[in-house]
Amino acid sequence: MGGILEYAVFSLSLVGIYGILTLGLNVQWGMTGLFNIGVAAFFAIGAYTSGILTTPPTDAHLGGFALPIPVGMVGAIVVSGIMAFFVGIITLKLRADYLAIATIGIAEIVRLALKNETEITGGVRGMPGIPRPFDEMLGGQYELAFLIMLLILLGVLFIGLEKARTSAWGRVLRGIRENEDTTLAAGKDVVNFRLQAFVLGCCVMGFAGALYAHFISFISPDAFKPMLATFLVWVMLIAGGSGNNKGALLGAVAIWAIWSGTEIITGMLPADLTTRAGALRVLLIGVLLEVILVTRPEGLLSEAGERMRMIRREARRDKLAEDRGASGARSSAGE
Amino acid sequence: MAEFLQLTVYGIVLGSIISLGAIGLSLVYGILRFPHFAHGDLITLGAYLAFVLVTTMGAPVLVALPVGVAGTALAAVAIDQVLYRRLRRVAPVILLISSVGVALILRSAIQLIWGPSNQVYATGIQFPYRFAGVNIKPDHLIIVGGTILLVVALHLFLQKTKVGKAMRAMSDNADLAQVTGIRVNSIIIWTWIIGGGLAAAAGIFLGMDTRLHPVMGWRILLPVFAAAILGGIGRPYGAIIGGLAIGLAQEYSTTVISPSYKPAVAFALMVLMLIVRPTGLFAGRKV
Repeated sequence: MGGILEYAVFSLSLVGIYGILTLGLNVQWGMTGLFNIGVAAFFAIGAYTSGILTTPPTDAHLGGFALPIPVGMVGAIVVSGIMAFFVGIITLKLRADYLAIATIGIAEIVRLALKNETEITGGVRGMPGIPRPFDEMLGGQYELAFLIMLLILLGVLFIGLEKARTSAWGRVLRGIRENEDTTLAAGKDVVNFRLQAFVLGCCVMGFAGALYAHFISFISPDAFKPMLATFLVWVMLIAGGSGNNKGALLGAVAIWAIWSGTEIITGMLPADLTTRAGALRVLLIGVLLEVILVTRPEGLLSEAGERMRMIRREARRDKLAEDRGASGARSSAGE
Repeated sequence: MAEFLQLTVYGIVLGSIISLGAIGLSLVYGILRFPHFAHGDLITLGAYLAFVLVTTMGAPVLVALPVGVAGTALAAVAIDQVLYRRLRRVAPVILLISSVGVALILRSAIQLIWGPSNQVYATGIQFPYRFAGVNIKPDHLIIVGGTILLVVALHLFLQKTKVGKAMRAMSDNADLAQVTGIRVNSIIIWTWIIGGGLAAAAGIFLGMDTRLHPVMGWRILLPVFAAAILGGIGRPYGAIIGGLAIGLAQEYSTTVISPSYKPAVAFALMVLMLIVRPTGLFAGRKV
């Protein structure tokens, strides 16, 4: 029983981290239509930044500043944001597909740097001993405490991004996504808004990276199989419903469940095939993505569906108000 | 001087391989209007299909090449007709996402069938020819010669045949081409045959030059994209120049920075091009 509970807590924490990544991508792709295939790069930048800032002094890699964990997290957000700013300044004036190609380049360079810049990142040996929050205070109960903290942070982030989405700022982003020229004609600084959305999304991804680093406590280039992580986040967002924060979270949960499910299926394979099981899992997820794109491209919770529900709700409210107003008018006419 | 010449040789070999990938990518980009992210994995597929013939029948690589090319062209057409065709009516960016999915499906299928480790076409050492202190392996001559042959064949196809002309017209201006009665679907199929076939040739040459590995194509995708953008999207001739430029730049860069950062050089050139002249050297499709 304890084992199952532990597994559930561990899984939920990973789902939460993927959920944050998906929310970050939703700001870029879902809301603004920016195509970022470098999700894993910003995730890794966040993880390594926080790792460098918070680990105890060491010679194995740069830093070991032993700063408090919240400082590491803020550092992760800031550094990913700065990276995103420079990438964005160069590429955001271009079309969505050029941005996509450019972000592959970023992901590739970050991957190479993690491996080769041994003095900064510890190279292939990775970076061990990243402190975990609440570890000293709670001892054994660390995982549960982390999950609760993660869910609170996720909740705060979700509410914040929902507010941003429904604000005037979010409307401009959707305008850019739907029709850039019209938005430009309406006097909005399109490139600037795109840059803001890109940087914000990357900050969220960097934050997720920091959380991951402090959760697992050890990071290495192998932990960031860039295509796999990026691809899973993309499938999550598209399956859940891009443009919709609720959909993004639902997608994270659903796809993670399927992803873990494939592990159970491949676990039943004969022993000589288990070394190739990872490839089979990726293949299944890839097929799933194509099926979703062909049959239900808007995802489980579509953005349009969300809007329809909102319009209906508003219509009902208006009708109520109208009825009340009309009956009030009638009664006043009767007097 | 000898070192410079040696790097030039390596650069031309690498540039030939990149060019073959970039021509197909550029044509697909120009005609279907989306960056085909699975192109790298078509390169890998071609290399492995030829590998099957080499290992099972003991065929020389050059005999296996046409089979690998045909098989990959067929696979590209099949992927298009089964998947991309259904998505063509929606935004091109959905095709982009779909091609990322196809890339992963192809790569994991290759890994599933042939395993995740390195493979080679032929073991043993090839003795290089030496000219004025420069080493040239027989394989290098085959790669460059094969590329020249393929490029000449492509040139004749694009200039002399009706399909080739229609293809260039589609790439220049799809709407105008359709008005003149060009049948879109058959041109698209031809684009995939050429794109897939050339990608396979690139993969087989890459496998001869280095080794076969399930991510070999993905690793070279960034330089291939850089070459296509440098030459101008939809410009097959530009892609050749772009490929050679990227190949040479990557090899020359090793005198200054660590060789492991070669892809970064391609990336830097691409970004520079996108800033200075986003239409490419030969004024391809406007952004």
